[in-house]
Amino acid sequence: MLDADFFHRWMTVTAASVDREAERLTALDSPIGDADHGTNLQRGFRAVRDALDKEPPATPGAVLTQAGRLLISTVGGASGPLYGTLLRRAGKTLGDAAEVDERRLAEALRAGVDAVMQLGGAAPGDKTMIDALVPAVDALGDSFAAARDAAAEGAVATTPLRARKGRASYLGERSVGHQDPGATSAALLIAALVDASADTEAGGE
Amino acid sequence: MSDGKLVGVVLVSHSAAVAASVAELAKGLAGAGSAVPVAPAGGTEGGGFGTSAELISAAAASVDRGAGVAVLTDLGSAVLTVKALLAEGDELPAHTRLVDAPFVEGAVAAVVTASTGADLATVEAAATEAYTYRKA
Repeated sequence: MLDADFFHRWMTVTAASVDREAERLTALDSPIGDADHGTNLQRGFRAVRDALDKEPPATPGAVLTQAGRLLISTVGGASGPLYGTLLRRAGKTLGDAAEVDERRLAEALRAGVDAVMQLGGAAPGDKTMIDALVPAVDALGDSFAAARDAAAEGAVATTPLRARKGRASYLGERSVGHQDPGATSAALLIAALVDASADTEAGGE
Repeated sequence: MSDGKLVGVVLVSHSAAVAASVAELAKGLAGAGSAVPVAPAGGTEGGGFGTSAELISAAAASVDRGAGVAVLTDLGSAVLTVKALLAEGDELPAHTRLVDAPFVEGAVAAVVTASTGADLATVEAAATEAYTYRKA
């Protein structure tokens, strides 16, 4: 079972991954975006980490709801409302339960991904974070590791796609040949589930 | 419905200068003495290009006179941030609406219409109707 500590670690590990990969995310965002994805997400997830550390929420749902709210208010780019909606909707779906199983988590993330698609109007194949998130959620029923791999593959698979949403869509054919920054950061978020659960099994922090 | 209260208008742009200028333009075209509360929410808190949920919430609160608030946006994260804030439920005043309208023309239509004491639905309809004006 996954408790509030697990979800707290998930966010902490994500914040560390985003810190580590911020330059790469911004570099990916330079040819087809406005070169701020890494710094924007870094600001957002640092705010999440600091707030959760200061006052750890009591339930899995509360961790994700608070994280989502903070991302919306601190990121400053489109990834803020998109990631914020993903986590907030997932958190609301988890409700007040003190612990949830992997299946509940998968259902909640599915609801979050649906909300993101509704908010941004993106579908699979549009060269967005959805291209990493949908295969990840599909694979969550197997294991966190399977979801991590599916998300990473989904992110790489955005390279030949032509962008149909966001600023990159104005570039048309010129967006082809670049890996999507949003799908790349989404893969970091999913990969962090593995590290957060590895810490549980090791009995560590 | 408005009992003398005026609908407020919030203008959200990636650029602080664009939001402030469009607010000034719309108020200017509404005529001297127009009391419509209009607030720009442009750029990030740090003064860069982008969208700030905090600036949007503050702007909406500042123009809320109880008759509703019409929010017009430019593109991308401005649209998504307002939608996400509306979905939150408690971040914006009651009766706040994201209005689907062209930014400059919609702002002028919204502010002029609001200055007549029209209700939120009428202000929204006027702003949206600005899409139908063809320029060529």
